[in-house]
Amino acid sequence: MSQRTHWSEFFISAVIRVIGFSTIGFVGLIFFFLLQQGAPVLGEVPLNNFFGAQWYPTYNLYGILPLLLGSMMVTLAAIVLALPLGVATAVFVREIAPGWAREILKPLIEVLAGIPSVVLGFFGMTLLAPFVRETLHVPTGLTAFTGALLLAYMALPTIVSVAEDALDAVPKSYRDAALAMGATQWQTIWRVVVPAARSGILTAIMLGMGRAIGETMAVLMVTGNAARMPTTLNSLFLPARTMTATIAAEMGEVAQGSTHYHVLFAIGILLFVLTFFINLAAAPAIFEKRRRGGLR
Amino acid sequence: MSKHRLEGCTLRGLGVLLLLANVLLGCRANFPAPSSLATDSQKSQTIENKGSDTMVNLALAWAEAYMKLHPDVRLSVTGGGSGTGIAAMINGTVDIANASREMKPEEIDAAKKNGHAPTEFIVARDAIAVVAHPSNPVNGLTLQQLSDIYTGKITNWRELGGADRPIVLLSRESNSGTYVYFLENVIRLGDSQSQLLFSPETLLMPSSEGISTEIRQNPNAIGYDGLGYVTPDQKMLGVARDSHSEFVLPSVDTVNAGTYPIARPLYMYTAREPTGQVKAYLDWVMGEGQALIPELGFVPLH
Repeated sequence: MSQRTHWSEFFISAVIRVIGFSTIGFVGLIFFFLLQQGAPVLGEVPLNNFFGAQWYPTYNLYGILPLLLGSMMVTLAAIVLALPLGVATAVFVREIAPGWAREILKPLIEVLAGIPSVVLGFFGMTLLAPFVRETLHVPTGLTAFTGALLLAYMALPTIVSVAEDALDAVPKSYRDAALAMGATQWQTIWRVVVPAARSGILTAIMLGMGRAIGETMAVLMVTGNAARMPTTLNSLFLPARTMTATIAAEMGEVAQGSTHYHVLFAIGILLFVLTFFINLAAAPAIFEKRRRGGLR
Repeated sequence: MSKHRLEGCTLRGLGVLLLLANVLLGCRANFPAPSSLATDSQKSQTIENKGSDTMVNLALAWAEAYMKLHPDVRLSVTGGGSGTGIAAMINGTVDIANASREMKPEEIDAAKKNGHAPTEFIVARDAIAVVAHPSNPVNGLTLQQLSDIYTGKITNWRELGGADRPIVLLSRESNSGTYVYFLENVIRLGDSQSQLLFSPETLLMPSSEGISTEIRQNPNAIGYDGLGYVTPDQKMLGVARDSHSEFVLPSVDTVNAGTYPIARPLYMYTAREPTGQVKAYLDWVMGEGQALIPELGFVPLH
């Protein structure tokens, strides 16, 4: 009897272990596949072409610089827009809203994450873009800024729920101590609770950024996809082309095994590496939280 | 994804279905080997038709209508691009290749080397319309002006007699055959030595729907697309060959009269002078089949 328990337990834990490791294995396999498909670029495209400023793949100009800068510009702008909103929402939900309001708000915010990006993209294309063009007096509403607005909206649920968890993990004694020393509720939140949760909030930013840089469909629909170099300050309010949109728009029609095909995979590698580093940057904050058992 | 691409997919999916139907219904010893010319005399025959993605919808519409009229003939249509279709014809794996461009001299040489005498049929025409917002006062542009606009030399509508507004350039994605045609024949004005490219400020729209949405709502925008994709709420601009000619609007008549400058023929190629069922099909395409063309947004031959 005990032998059987032993065996079944061994079996179950082995299965769980295999499943757990297979996730990592799949990531490894995906990266290996990306490398295998993207590596031939090194032999096919000279480096000064690959890191050039001109993206005309049909005419053998594979400069990824405008795409890389386009992605970074849209993502950073999105985070700048989403961060104050996200943290403020988290503070309101966790610290200020009465219990019944929190019960309604939390699931509602999570519903935001479930809106398909193509629906948001359509909304952006037909409503947001004309609004941006008319209010900002820019030539077209299909700009990096329009994309950043949509991405900010998409990154919000991630930022709010992670930041809210971080605020939740701040011990009640901190608040009690601050209030006992005569601090107002605002002083308690701004000087004590938010600073105590800052590593969790940093994680929220990083995860939101990871969400934003990888987003494709909405960006493809509203940023205008012009592969221009964002060299001037007003570039944020002009069209841009991101790496994800480029892969999505061009992969479907490209001849397999061609130079263009390999370049698109190389862009995929770059995206993979970027998101990897963003997540890596978020990792210390996550591990710190775990070490302290959720208290800080 | 995009409306245009989706349609392509469904129709390509249909192509696969047709192929499956071939397997299930017309299952003969000669399947999947494509029909060789030796089977021309046979009662039931499969005509393999492959090539241009621009033409795949049109070719499918023709194939479906023809199979309804002639249940003994089976047609299978696939896309893949003009080059793919021509290569398959040279290799003898398809009966008819669809192409939105002429065969290149090296392709003709390759075909001759394989013992073929490629025969060309113009089956329809495709006009590329230049469009702008309905409120735009500009009515016509010369090819040279279009080239200057799309290379970024002209950046304000004022320079073209319009309002003082910046010009927003719209184009299809770079993998579209229309993009290549527009670049080579409008921006480079047909000069094969020219190195001109689209301005980097050009917005590449993933679909025809993207172009029409932006044209409809943005008075600064200019765009181009196949005549079949132009909706009534966009303003088509007349195009003149040079500053001495008149502005011509794209239509069935002006394309056939040769006065509209941005129009291209669409081709079907066979490996040799067609006989039997293939000939009957091509005769039908160029005769009764022409009636189907306007529905798909192309220009019939007559």
